[in-house]
Amino acid sequence: MNLGPHADFILAAYAATAFIVAALIAWIALDYSAQRRLLGDLEERGMRRRSHRRDGA
Amino acid sequence: MPVIDLANPTRFLRIVARVLPWLIAATALAFAFGLARAVTAPDDYQQGATVKIMFLHVPAAWLGMMGWGLMSLAALGTLVWRHPLADVAGKAAAPIGAAFTLICLITGSLWGRPTWGAYWVWDARLTSELVLFLLYLGVLALYWTAEDPGRGARAAAVLTLVGAVNLPIIKFSVDWWNSLHQGESIFRTGGSTIDASILWPLAIMALAFTLLFFTLHLAAMRNEILRRRVRTMQIMQAQEQPA
Repeated sequence: MNLGPHADFILAAYAATAFIVAALIAWIALDYSAQRRLLGDLEERGMRRRSHRRDGA
Repeated sequence: MPVIDLANPTRFLRIVARVLPWLIAATALAFAFGLARAVTAPDDYQQGATVKIMFLHVPAAWLGMMGWGLMSLAALGTLVWRHPLADVAGKAAAPIGAAFTLICLITGSLWGRPTWGAYWVWDARLTSELVLFLLYLGVLALYWTAEDPGRGARAAAVLTLVGAVNLPIIKFSVDWWNSLHQGESIFRTGGSTIDASILWPLAIMALAFTLLFFTLHLAAMRNEILRRRVRTMQIMQAQEQPA
């Protein structure tokens, strides 16, 4: 594939997009792990949400 | 299932768990197909191979605007109907919309240098797109820095609705003002002026980016619901501890 005289601009555009999308995916995945871990810690310490308490769960 | 059932966060999380793997698979498939078509698409007769930047730039621009449109609907849901998931949807969409707008600005700049001879010009389309990015940053600042999440959400909703005025300005800027940016060439009366050999890869990439947007949005909404549960339980824990 020949990208011509402006190959640097084309490759930079694809690299920048890949970097931003990868950063966004990583941030959301890490945030999910962090929230799951925090919830797990709280539940281990016996904390339950009010709705679960009402149900007697 | 009635739509109103989606207002229940627990039920919403169950739906997300079921839908997300399929959305991830569809997004990956669409990107594989779209990128293969983008790589093999012919060069433009005027712009040469730099037209390949369009396959990133145009979908990112659409989704940056769509993100704000989605946030505007969510803002109405927050302020008018007080829908329990509206604020969650708005807050989750903001960083994703900001990221797509940033991609649009960077790829546009990299496309502009070989095409116009400049990375940036204070043109109506470019400037209104930059304003959109700054509005995204403003909304994110309101969401992330407010001590009371409820007040932060209402302030962000108001800014979102005010900022929605910018959407038609972006869309019609190339018609209203003399612009270096090219005019509408896809959705226009009389049909697209882009050849099918370039239009199809663009359509598939737009579908891939749209699927990516909704995949990330659902995942971010799930995170936000979990964050609110953690916050509620931490407050309850603090209240239960002896003084």
